[in-house]
Amino acid sequence: MDVKVSKEEILHIANLASLNIKEEEIEQYRENLQEILQFAEVVNQVDVETLQETIGEENKCNVMRKDEIHEFENKEQIMANAPEKEQNMFKVPKVVG
Amino acid sequence: MDITKLTVHELQEKLEKKELTVTQIVQAYANRIEEKEEKVQAFLSINTEEALEEAKKIEEEGRSTSLAGIPIGIKDNICTKGEKTTCASKMLENFISPYDATVIENLKKEKLISLGKLNMDEFAMGGSTENSAFQITKNPWNLHTVPGGSSGGSAAAVAADMVPWALGSDTGGSIREPAAFCGVVGLKPTYGLVSRYGLVAFASSLDQIGPITKDVTDSAILLNLLAGHDEKDSTSAEVEKKDYTKALKQDVKGMKIGVPKEFFGEGINTEVKEKLEEAIEIYKNLGAEIEEFSLDIAKYSLAAYYIIACAEASSNLGRFDGIRYGYRTKNYTDLEELFKNSRSEGFGPEVKRRIILGTYVLSSGYYDAYYKKAQKVRTYVKNEFNKAFEKYDVILTPTSPTVAFAINSKCNNPLEMYLADICTVSINIAGLPAISIPCGVDSNQMPVGMQLIGKPFAEETILQTAYTFEQTIKFRETYSPKFKE
Amino acid sequence: MAREDYEIVIGLEVHAELSTKTKIFCSCPTEFGAKPNTHICPVCMALPGALPVLNEKVVEYAVKAGLATNCEISRDSKNDRKNYFYPDLPKSYQISQFDKPLCEHGYVEIETETGKKKIGLTRIHIEEDAGKLNHNEFGAGSLVDLNRAGVPLIEIVSEPDIANAQEAEAYLRKLKSILEYIEVSDCKMQEGSFRADVNVSVKKKNSEKLGTRTEMKNMNSFKSITRAIEYESQRQIEELENGGTIVQTTLRWDDVSGRTFAMRGKENAQDYRYFPEPDLVAIRLSEEYIENIRKTLPELPESRRKRYLEEFKLSEKDSRLLTSSKYLSDMFEKAQSICHNAKAVANWLLSDVSRILNEKEQEPDNIPFTAEQLAEMIELIEKGTISSSMGKKVLEELFINPRSPKQIIEEKGWVQISDEKVIQEIVEKILQENPQSVADYKAGKDRALGFLVGQAMKATKGKANPQMLNQMFKEMMK
Repeated sequence: MDVKVSKEEILHIANLASLNIKEEEIEQYRENLQEILQFAEVVNQVDVETLQETIGEENKCNVMRKDEIHEFENKEQIMANAPEKEQNMFKVPKVVG
Repeated sequence: MDITKLTVHELQEKLEKKELTVTQIVQAYANRIEEKEEKVQAFLSINTEEALEEAKKIEEEGRSTSLAGIPIGIKDNICTKGEKTTCASKMLENFISPYDATVIENLKKEKLISLGKLNMDEFAMGGSTENSAFQITKNPWNLHTVPGGSSGGSAAAVAADMVPWALGSDTGGSIREPAAFCGVVGLKPTYGLVSRYGLVAFASSLDQIGPITKDVTDSAILLNLLAGHDEKDSTSAEVEKKDYTKALKQDVKGMKIGVPKEFFGEGINTEVKEKLEEAIEIYKNLGAEIEEFSLDIAKYSLAAYYIIACAEASSNLGRFDGIRYGYRTKNYTDLEELFKNSRSEGFGPEVKRRIILGTYVLSSGYYDAYYKKAQKVRTYVKNEFNKAFEKYDVILTPTSPTVAFAINSKCNNPLEMYLADICTVSINIAGLPAISIPCGVDSNQMPVGMQLIGKPFAEETILQTAYTFEQTIKFRETYSPKFKE
Repeated sequence: MAREDYEIVIGLEVHAELSTKTKIFCSCPTEFGAKPNTHICPVCMALPGALPVLNEKVVEYAVKAGLATNCEISRDSKNDRKNYFYPDLPKSYQISQFDKPLCEHGYVEIETETGKKKIGLTRIHIEEDAGKLNHNEFGAGSLVDLNRAGVPLIEIVSEPDIANAQEAEAYLRKLKSILEYIEVSDCKMQEGSFRADVNVSVKKKNSEKLGTRTEMKNMNSFKSITRAIEYESQRQIEELENGGTIVQTTLRWDDVSGRTFAMRGKENAQDYRYFPEPDLVAIRLSEEYIENIRKTLPELPESRRKRYLEEFKLSEKDSRLLTSSKYLSDMFEKAQSICHNAKAVANWLLSDVSRILNEKEQEPDNIPFTAEQLAEMIELIEKGTISSSMGKKVLEELFINPRSPKQIIEEKGWVQISDEKVIQEIVEKILQENPQSVADYKAGKDRALGFLVGQAMKATKGKANPQMLNQMFKEMMK
């Protein structure tokens, strides 16, 4: 099967991923993606219809912690990494709604 | 005596016999970094001043553990408290981690001394360390070639004797391939053996931290520090603590080693193949039972790998949005521009390429065809390995189809770069342990790596198999990097 | 065509914050009202390298909620990532549940003027809350506080069984009271710990095809929800009647103008790219685990209601009203256990207390005074220390500044005059002053007695015991 990715799809996907793609880069991303997806088609050569998907470590389950408070001691350093803050909150452009 | 040529277990011995002091060791590495770093460019940050202070402190207080005062290098995607952790990305250029990864806590408990943070492909995405946003690390064997990746800084620093050992991380071969390219030993533990807490995630279901060392003994010693259950990582395995150095026995008699013929076929460099065949002969002579068999998974694994790894990465890298930490564009008027411009300016092209691929395979209409299918292929690959391990103790393959390639030779072809991972990714897909050790050099004096794959949590078996081989061919005694210009 | 030709279909997605001590995936406290960004750690701040670990109480509480709403509990469940970018979502994905929720196929029973009805629950799943965006009226930007990021939520999704605003309100009240009863959420609507996304669509009667729906997110008052449903369904009907179409969209309800508005900026057709969360492992619940939780379920409103009918001989309506809120019901039980007058406690709670709450547009959990104080007031009335009209004044005082009713009446000098001698003196005085009324009474005009009692009350500034006055007047005029 031939994989075809359109320019519109690339732009839609970039938007979902919160990325800008410059006009001159679109074609390269499109070709790369198409080529890799074409290669990924080999997964269709294995008969896996009857198999389960691997979701996480199948032998592991119910890893949970107790509902006990442990406060993180280095909160200042967390906030110190903020590019822009005000009143100990992260500042972003005005959000409508 | 050149201190920096010694392995860690040799340094340990000299410290115990008081033939060396911690300060002497750290100073020797500081000098070596001073001498070689300019050419190799393995470090993203160098800690030698703090390391010397630490050394003094340890000497004053007395060495409380058997590894106290031993230096180490850390791949820059492992969080170290109060220090930069950049992932070789402009996105995290100024990020100071407020916490230590669990493995770093383990090292600090043992009083190891960090010499600095090591270069890598941005967010561990790549196989050559050329995707670093800051610098290109050179292979100490030939400075015109890549050190491999993504843990290229770690492998190059160990090979260049700038650190005695280092931490790497491996998602699809990122410890083993650079170890092979740089002629050192790299171990990717079973998924879950080493805590991922504090390892900046590339692909959560595939990532593992592991040791990059000069020899197999050091690999076992470092694995002792890294392995163990961690409550902060839900995928961490609850297996009992082991002393991996007990596996260092020179004995492969009766060991069943399977050699999958598909890993020696098309695309594998002839000289690499020859070296591997010599290695197989050596194992035969040592009394191992070698058998060729069919394990036709490499291509499917590679395709499934790129689908799964990129899907997880596209989500894992969503947090880099310019709000709480990391790069923020100067160029925005609204929220959408803040997100998009920060991410587009902060990430390099390969990272963006993989985010796009990962977003695509998860998006509505494609999920079943790609992601779901890939997860089924993953089950298939696991099953095939299980079948093979009913017959064999160890599976032997090349680590990489080629030796280290020239810098800039594959940059323009992402798919070709991806194909270089063909021998390693299936191991991550199946969550197995594997070690890469040098098995000789090619006609250009470039090291060739051999990969030994084990059953889940059978690190001891592959360590023993590797150790026996290493003691037989004495690679380190015969070859060393020449910093060819 | 008219409104009667249409059916309204309402779906509700309720988000209730669970009252665990710590967040769902890290050990930060969940307490409401802390200073901005003080309940934070690498995990809930989505620092690179940090990993989630599930809080066991979250699973327990969600299963409890499922059992209390007649759900099937899934034996094999998992977490998934829901990917989207927003400043209040630190990881840019929310850990939620997609195709394997913890609880499925439940129902709750509601009662409205038109009778009883079962409302189906599609599912209950666990997920994490987002942070809070503070919109500065005057400043240039918005400010993000992540204390709430990672607070555990259950999302309860209803089947499209709800047909009007009254049913929606009854359903929400029922759900809220159940969650309060089983003590998994404090359901404080003003703090946003119980809120609903409301989907509304309309279709022609007898038509199989569902109409296009619109959604209003994060609504947290019963009144707004009912108003919004009424407005939005009417708007959709008018739109269709005028030949228009309904666009699937997210709307914002504006309480002040009483209208819905299309939200700007947010994409309507989102692609959340759900996939299994690789940082967490499966949740597999045993029969034993589920049964153990079932055993801890407290008495639910249904059974309390039945008990009130039998044990306290309350009316059907009063029993239902009292048990509709756990706060109200708990207060009733506690107060009646002190004063042993169930009818009086029920009357006070359902008449005067409810009236005041209504006026203030508040819910029973806003009652500021204690059951002990209410019981004390009722006892004072029973003993004749105060009259019931004084009781009303005491109650208002309790709403303003809750304290002991004894103290209130002392401070205010509201003690009732019940001394027989004093009452007798007053009655004699009033009889002397009003000979005409005495004559009227003796001539058989009963109304005259009321006038005389009124005069006596006036003379004592309302402090005389009205029963005693009545008695005394009757005797003296024999």
